[in-house]
Amino acid sequence: MKARFTLSVNGEGREMVVAVHKTLLEVLREDLDLTGTKHGCELGECGTCTVLLDGEPALSCLVLPVECQGREVTTIEGMAVDGRLHPLQQAFAELGAAQCGYCIPGILLTARALLAENPTPTRDEVRHALAGNLCRCTGYTKILEAVELAALRMQAGDGAAAAVAPREARA
Amino acid sequence: MSEKERFSVVGKSLPKIDAWAKVTGQTRFADDMTLPRMAHGKLLRSPHAHARIVRIDTTRARSLPGVYAVITGRDLPPVKFGILPVSQDEEALCVEKVRMVGDAVAPVAAVDEETAERAAEMIEVEYEPLRALMSIEDSLAHPEVRIHEYGDGPNVHKAVSLQFGDVEAALAGAHLVREDVFFFEGNTHLPMEQHSAVAHWGPDDKLTLWSSTQTPHYVHRLLGKILDVPQAHIRVIAAPVGGGFGGKLDPFAHEIAACKLSQLTGRPVKITLTREEVFYVHRGRHPVLMWIRTGFARDGAITGMHFRSWLDGGAYGSYGVASTFYTGALQTVTYKIPAYKFEGARVFTNKPPCGPKRGHGTPQPRFAMECQIDKAAEQLGLDPADMRRRNLAEPFTKTANHLTVTTIGLGECIDRVVEASGWREKRASLPPGRGIGIACSSYLTGAGTAIYWNDMPHSGVVVRADRSGGVSVLCGATDIGQGSDSILAYLAAEVLGIEPKDIRVHAADTDLTPVDLGSYSSRVTLMAGQAVIQAAERLRARIFEAVARKLEAPASALVGRDRRVFVADDPERGVSFPDAVVLGESMHGVLAVPGSYAPPKRAGKYKGGGVGPSPCYSYTACVVEVTVDRETGEVRPTEVWIAHDVGRALNPLLVEGQVEGSVYMGLGEVLMEEQVFRKGVHKIPSLLEYKSPTTLETPEIHTILVETDDPEGPFGAKEAGQGPLLPIIPAVVNAIHDAVGVRLDEIPVSPDKVLKGLELARQGKPARVGPERLPLLTFPAPRAVESAFGQPAENIAERPFST
Repeated sequence: MKARFTLSVNGEGREMVVAVHKTLLEVLREDLDLTGTKHGCELGECGTCTVLLDGEPALSCLVLPVECQGREVTTIEGMAVDGRLHPLQQAFAELGAAQCGYCIPGILLTARALLAENPTPTRDEVRHALAGNLCRCTGYTKILEAVELAALRMQAGDGAAAAVAPREARA
Repeated sequence: MSEKERFSVVGKSLPKIDAWAKVTGQTRFADDMTLPRMAHGKLLRSPHAHARIVRIDTTRARSLPGVYAVITGRDLPPVKFGILPVSQDEEALCVEKVRMVGDAVAPVAAVDEETAERAAEMIEVEYEPLRALMSIEDSLAHPEVRIHEYGDGPNVHKAVSLQFGDVEAALAGAHLVREDVFFFEGNTHLPMEQHSAVAHWGPDDKLTLWSSTQTPHYVHRLLGKILDVPQAHIRVIAAPVGGGFGGKLDPFAHEIAACKLSQLTGRPVKITLTREEVFYVHRGRHPVLMWIRTGFARDGAITGMHFRSWLDGGAYGSYGVASTFYTGALQTVTYKIPAYKFEGARVFTNKPPCGPKRGHGTPQPRFAMECQIDKAAEQLGLDPADMRRRNLAEPFTKTANHLTVTTIGLGECIDRVVEASGWREKRASLPPGRGIGIACSSYLTGAGTAIYWNDMPHSGVVVRADRSGGVSVLCGATDIGQGSDSILAYLAAEVLGIEPKDIRVHAADTDLTPVDLGSYSSRVTLMAGQAVIQAAERLRARIFEAVARKLEAPASALVGRDRRVFVADDPERGVSFPDAVVLGESMHGVLAVPGSYAPPKRAGKYKGGGVGPSPCYSYTACVVEVTVDRETGEVRPTEVWIAHDVGRALNPLLVEGQVEGSVYMGLGEVLMEEQVFRKGVHKIPSLLEYKSPTTLETPEIHTILVETDDPEGPFGAKEAGQGPLLPIIPAVVNAIHDAVGVRLDEIPVSPDKVLKGLELARQGKPARVGPERLPLLTFPAPRAVESAFGQPAENIAERPFST
């Protein structure tokens, strides 16, 4: 059975007609062609499918579109604004925090939610915030370092400096 | 000139060239692909561990609306295949019988995944269950139940026995002889990305397969055989791989099924595995039982070693023959071992087949050896670090089993971790419940022999420059997250004197790129690296020849740097790189130059000598500090110091990432990971139940890079992707003994085992937990080969295709 939904995804209203039992993850990937959000386990155990719902991390494989009506969905595609990378994305790229990259969208969004709530987290606080995101490549070390670097930069600069212009960034 | 000034790119901590796509979610993995009219596939798999297939009826499934095709094994050519030529025992789809729960039987292509799944459930299969053999003991006890009709004995896939020198005499003359038994449970790769493939059999009757694979070349070869189609009409493209670790190195049923279904339906077909399926596809770490008998001199030197391993191989061969030899090959490259005997056997069981996982057959024996050395150190009253440090193998010599070792930075690695960790002080002063352990290891930098015997390059590159000033590097090498695409760009940029951003890398496409064998045995940086350096140097020579004529200077006076080509002594006299290419293209025509690499031919001239040789070996030493809770048995590693001899860190950021990732994976294996079965079925096929470390279980890792500038490696580089995993496991186990006096001879070291050891201690018994029995299997008589121990290395940096 299908139903019509309107979701606000990355600041854009998206209207769709989808089967009611499809998860938000499936809708994002299959109906909205937003394939940046990945699946890892189908059971909500790995954090790979993390998106933000009204700024809070949520496992999109356990969320139904009907629950998202009237709420803001943020995916990895919405993290850079007008081509300007979020400081977290910049730091992750600079410090080698992405190896295969598959877990990274979920981790970036979770980290973004952390820094929005706690702009100066300790390493332990970063660990705890990311404890629900599995990574098999990095051993987490450079991920933690990149979150700390991004936090420092966001504290140091104002909003404009914190978002990094594309051309200077990618030497 | 300092190292920093000498290189413009090498040695710099640069971002990877694909980092930007990865942090914005733009990298298109296989399951992110959609093609017009694409169908979705699902595989019906066996619910039985061992059964004959009596009858398959797909009528009901085929009639479900939305189903495009349903096939069985009878729709494919009756061809068996396997990644190794010596064990071609797999069918893409089982025809006569199934040998494991999860064996692929019948795929469905349908309008969507859900319909395909429903249709798969409607396929009727009649099985005649056979006795399932779920352990080595089971399989050996029931020779009348044959899992395969081939092998070195009933249910024995392979049994080997090699002897180098007089081991008995060496043991007889030793001051101390230790005999120990160890067990290492199997575990799996657990990549975050599930396997996925998209096949498109086009209207021109040519096939394209995109797949999350570590080896498009081997898949390409085997597809031609399995589908009975000329390889020239097949194109295999490796999609970006979301984690491999050896789990995506075989050709798989879902890849073959997708191809066949595409041919039958005229549509592209995508098949993505569920997480549960990934556990069953497996090809992971073999469970290995090991027995070692080693002779030690008073100062801890090893006089001789006799090593036996029994591998539980699962239902198919996969890389298992190589795995078997690997359990006996690398013991000799770290410490001097003058005489060595190895016996190994791989037994078939009705479980998912084991294959290559990071370290491939060497983590298990390394764990056993490093723990035995620790026990011997205790008996001899020696410091475990000193004992190892004093008895290292000699650089540029051969081992007893004819492996040539070149640079060995292990001494410096030991010194650095001993210093950084405060080893000596902590050994003396840590309170009960806290302990510190050390271990060392080594790993090869690329297998010296290809999987199929041939005299062709192991890696090939074409470098193309055009008048835009852009340079394209085409190479079959497969980036699985380790950064091989970036290495190609860095090395080409270094040689040509331009920026990595000026380089376009096209990789892993059998239509476009020269063959590279694949991402396994840590071969890519070295082999593809040497190939791209060769190609870039040849290209540079052509460009310089043209610039030399223009500048009226000898080509030997020119240098390429900072996107210019100029006279070294008179930098003003020069041209921009794009202008240099125009000059080159005007003189020579199209500038497209190949580079080829094949490793030195050093295999020992004995059967089995092809497994183990490598151009060079990396070395690692690590110290781990742990806290053991005596109430719960929980082991918590609190800090890791690890020094890795990488030859040269082409990009320190990437090398550190490999070291940290290897440490993490080693910790997972020693503490919590296990691929275990009950009643034929995987006990824990989910990411929650199969434990792997989160951020909370991963301690602080101090990485120290040691550089020995190996003559075999590109700018001296050796491997980093697998070696650092190996010493972590024994270091943790040795640390546990230091903490609470318990010897755990079994991996993983779960809390219940620690508590059992503590209980034994309380009862006044030896506080050792581990295997008590060995299987009843007679190894073949050993092939006796003269020990090559101590002979000088030959043919350093001499290899095919080098001129």
